[in-house]
Amino acid sequence: MSSVVSAQPVATDLHDTTSRSRKNLDKLFLGGLWIFTLLAIITLVTLVGTTLLKGYSRLNLSLITNFPSPFPEDAGIQAAIFGSIWVVVTSGLVSLFIAMGTAIYLEEFADQGSRFNKLITINIQTLAGVPSIVFGILGLAFVARGWLGWGFTVGTASAVLTMMVLPVMIVSAREALKAVPSSLREGAYALGATRWQTIVKQVVPSAIPGIATGSILGVSRALGESAPLILLGALAYVSSNPAGFDSDYTVLPLVILKYTQEAQEEFQAVGAAAIIVLLVLLIALNMIAIVIRDKSRKSW
Amino acid sequence: MVEDMSNATISKTTGGSRQSDSVVRVNLSSDSQSNSGKPQNEMIMQSVDLQVHYGDFLAVRDVNLTIHKGEITALIGPSGCGKSTIIRCFNRMNDLIPTAKVGGKVFYKGIDLYGPEANAGEVRRRIGMVFQKPNPFPKSIYDNVAFGPRVNGKPTKAETDELVESSLKRAALWEEVKDRLKQSAFSLSGGQQQRLCIARALAVNPDVLLMDEPCSALDPIATARIEDLMAEIKSEYPIVIVTHNMQQAARVSDRTAFFNTEIGANATRPTGVLVEYDTTRKIFANPSDTRTEQYISGRMG
Repeated sequence: MSSVVSAQPVATDLHDTTSRSRKNLDKLFLGGLWIFTLLAIITLVTLVGTTLLKGYSRLNLSLITNFPSPFPEDAGIQAAIFGSIWVVVTSGLVSLFIAMGTAIYLEEFADQGSRFNKLITINIQTLAGVPSIVFGILGLAFVARGWLGWGFTVGTASAVLTMMVLPVMIVSAREALKAVPSSLREGAYALGATRWQTIVKQVVPSAIPGIATGSILGVSRALGESAPLILLGALAYVSSNPAGFDSDYTVLPLVILKYTQEAQEEFQAVGAAAIIVLLVLLIALNMIAIVIRDKSRKSW
Repeated sequence: MVEDMSNATISKTTGGSRQSDSVVRVNLSSDSQSNSGKPQNEMIMQSVDLQVHYGDFLAVRDVNLTIHKGEITALIGPSGCGKSTIIRCFNRMNDLIPTAKVGGKVFYKGIDLYGPEANAGEVRRRIGMVFQKPNPFPKSIYDNVAFGPRVNGKPTKAETDELVESSLKRAALWEEVKDRLKQSAFSLSGGQQQRLCIARALAVNPDVLLMDEPCSALDPIATARIEDLMAEIKSEYPIVIVTHNMQQAARVSDRTAFFNTEIGANATRPTGVLVEYDTTRKIFANPSDTRTEQYISGRMG
């Protein structure tokens, strides 16, 4: 055994020759990354912490069962919670259907090289970056007044949020469809499947995790959105839950805005508690996205 | 129907008129200059002056091949010689590439695959395909096999069960997976996945099976199993296989087509041409063309 070892040439050049300065650069870089990560975490913890401290006194059941009141101890946000759910669920569903159709057309049917489709693509990408207040102005001019004249209602808010979320959803749905490997399409076509069967039975199911993630992100954006809705009558004293698309409404971000602007500290506590509710809803939405993603991955 | 026309199917790439002559002879199937003495199996597919452009680029030209029942036909040749392009013409998979333009004709039992009476979906159901990399669907083993029958009709649960079992048996996979049909196809090894893809292709009961380098992603043991499987099913499903592996072609095939590349007069990129097509024995023992001989003996490509 030892003779075998000694028969081999002795390695002398395996020791660490990395220079000190290169090692230090390594450490510096890692340290920098740590600092940036910590900064992000500290900001988040501070925000959530101070909000919790401020709103803790009002974080009880009456907050979500009561309607607004002139008395801070009775003031609740039920109308805003239901308003948000109405607006977000309807705009989310409508935009999901439109986005799926658009994305499937653009990815699977459209001639990728045609100038018209390139124009559409650029348009959608630009729309995804348009500030939300612009959609608010658009909605005010064409949905609330003018053309449709729906007034300051759930329907108007829903329509405007749909316009706002749609481009984001289309872009993410397209990415998800694009990520489906072509071998999957070939496999389906090679068995005699039609284009429609290939898309419905193979391509879209494989893209669902990506589409779900993108859609929920879009919906989360709609849930936290305040700017366009300020223009569309959501910043109002609403003391009932919406009953339909033609009802008055308010949404969580705007009751937060309203309560935190009040001079009385008790009202500010209501606002802080509402922030916590909004955060919980956002986290819940993200959880749903994760569950859908994991489920559709494991379902086979 | 047994025809004696083996020499008539040889078509060298030496100019158009000569080729159309040989085509006519194939169609009439009256030539009998056989030197192999082996009786011919019935022809099931034939390509006539087949050529494919990708945009302006002529990828492969003047391919005249005949595919026979009960046989394995191997397409060999160096990279870029158009073997995969040709095999993809045989079930119209090239339709999926927008720039691909197919010229010439491919006949399946006398019907032009690119003619008005041929539907691409029906063509692909009759002429199955197995790909280079195993590409099972992200579904269960059962659903992978059941997909083909389901898109081509509405089989009952019992019919589907029956088809899944018989297809997996024909692909020599049943014993390994019968207790876990509901598990993901990705839980299988690479070789098992490829046999699953073969089972999936057999489930729609094709008349011909095309295999585009089916073993190139597999280890030698898995490759051997696939080759055994091919030998078992070839009497029922004639096979056309593209392979980079000359030994594989020699081991499994009954006929071999050797493709090579050449740069045309005005072209910048090489175009694939069919150099020689004959029985595998003849190609490997006594090729007619020096290029074939050079390739076989490892002096080229």
